Amino acid sequence: MPLPPRRWLDDPRRGGLAALALILAMLPLVLSNRFHFDVAIHVGLAAIAVIGLNLLIGYAGQISLGHAGFFGLGAYGSAVLSGTHGWPPLLALLASALAVATLAFLVGRPILRLRGHYLAMATLGMGLLIFMVITNERAITGGPDGMSVPGLSLFGYALGSRDKGAWYALVAVLLLVAVWLALNLIDSPVGRALRALHASEVAATVGGVDVAQHKLIVFVVSAVYASVAGSLSAHYGGFITPDAVGFLHSIELVTMVVLGGMASTYGAIVGAAVLVALPQFLTAFHDYEPVLLGAILIACMIFLRRGLLPGVLDLVRARRP
Amino acid sequence: MTILAVEDLCKDFGGVHAIQGLSFQVRAGSIHSIIGPNGAGKTTLFNLITGLYAPSRGRIAFLDEPIAGQPPHRLAGMGLLRTFQNLQVFDTMTATENVMVGRHLHILRGLVPSLLRLPGIVRSDRDARERSLQLLDFVGLSAYADMPAGAMPYGALKRLEIARALAGEPKLLLLDEPAAGCNATETKEIDTLIQRVAAAGITVVLVEHDMSLVMGISDHILVLDYGRKLAEGTAAQIRANPAVIEAYLGTEGADAVPLAADAG
Repeated sequence: MPLPPRRWLDDPRRGGLAALALILAMLPLVLSNRFHFDVAIHVGLAAIAVIGLNLLIGYAGQISLGHAGFFGLGAYGSAVLSGTHGWPPLLALLASALAVATLAFLVGRPILRLRGHYLAMATLGMGLLIFMVITNERAITGGPDGMSVPGLSLFGYALGSRDKGAWYALVAVLLLVAVWLALNLIDSPVGRALRALHASEVAATVGGVDVAQHKLIVFVVSAVYASVAGSLSAHYGGFITPDAVGFLHSIELVTMVVLGGMASTYGAIVGAAVLVALPQFLTAFHDYEPVLLGAILIACMIFLRRGLLPGVLDLVRARRP
Repeated sequence: MTILAVEDLCKDFGGVHAIQGLSFQVRAGSIHSIIGPNGAGKTTLFNLITGLYAPSRGRIAFLDEPIAGQPPHRLAGMGLLRTFQNLQVFDTMTATENVMVGRHLHILRGLVPSLLRLPGIVRSDRDARERSLQLLDFVGLSAYADMPAGAMPYGALKRLEIARALAGEPKLLLLDEPAAGCNATETKEIDTLIQRVAAAGITVVLVEHDMSLVMGISDHILVLDYGRKLAEGTAAQIRANPAVIEAYLGTEGADAVPLAADAG
């Protein structure tokens, strides 16, 4: 039996990470202009948030319809701290992530007791609240008009939004780190506990897993992923509006998880890539864009219910004896 | 020595008295069976002992410590583990991973070391995997080690649950109908397995409908009916007890047949 690519994909940590690194390294050869780089960077940033959300939805089986709230808090936290208050961007990013982690911890304790639709409603409410606060705190956030964000500078090196190559490299490295951390977590006692409580909460709890604690852990971890992605997006874009915090963005993130493949870390990247890149390349059909996206989503749910990446891998495996 | 003491235990669901004023004790190192017609409150009793339900009234002591109202994961840490009548396996995980979840409380499990896959976690996970493979071997499931539990046959899943519970290093193991739905060969295997578990020094409390299994291996039998204690004693005493025969004949004629046959 041929060793690559099947074995590679079957060993997600070693083979998968190497394959992803290779793709990320080769991609600039195909990206022929600044626009392509721009799309790739946006895909990478979205993918980081989606990988985190997939830990919550795909692995632990808990829903969040308010994750754009955490994404937005990271974005506005970085914007306000580094812009208004002149903090170094890296410090602003870390401080925002810490604040988001604290908020997720405090909010998560009461609402993660809820299940299914109730949890969906509670997280939806949480997202709407964050949206309202950001939209109404005009003095701090600029309100509905948004606010500008200074460029990213790391260790004295300034990365302007126009510096596509450097941004691409940064996002690629961070994406690899995000995947590595997620894969480590999934294949750890914490990750096994999460997958276990997804399958049977009752069996997990009598087996010694503190179910409430583990739901809270993954909620906080996924919030931090979103916050970091938000901070970076804000610096890259140079300008943010409450749209980044809104309900539609939360839905978009969940759609990326489902489309790419639940409980598939690499699938999260595929989901982000499709939903971010496709509209960019469908501009010729601009008026029909939502129709096409909707059709793709419906087709995917009918023919590849497990999501794009796991679905396609299943098909490939089924073809081979 | 008494490992489990239940005293005046009651559990009501609305107007239904699932368990009523139940008292009994389990001696350490024994195989203690609980039988009774369907709806007698056997599974409710297990849920009360393992902390899934809070009692309406009464006391439960495990190793002389009151445990009523404690969360299940804490009881697991004290050595109180169980299996389920309706299978509760982690379908998407492999058989080995299922058992590794059972070792959760006995391995390193910090969040940051897990995210960074620090050497301590790698080592502790490797030990957990080895121990889990030994346990799969102990219950005769080595062949399924890397198979997702969702793809395993029913009889194997029954034993997988036992392996997972054993991974938590139980002092007291509650088995809820381990032979339900198993054929004669599988039941025989479960029988042998329970005896080997008991021989390893683990106290077993068994809920089971297969009377020849119960009568064969139990040191002590408790009979429940409508949430109350109907009778208690050795297999011989239970067989001869007219109230027991009456209850089984009265509610479930079929169950009385093996009981009567064994008595003969």
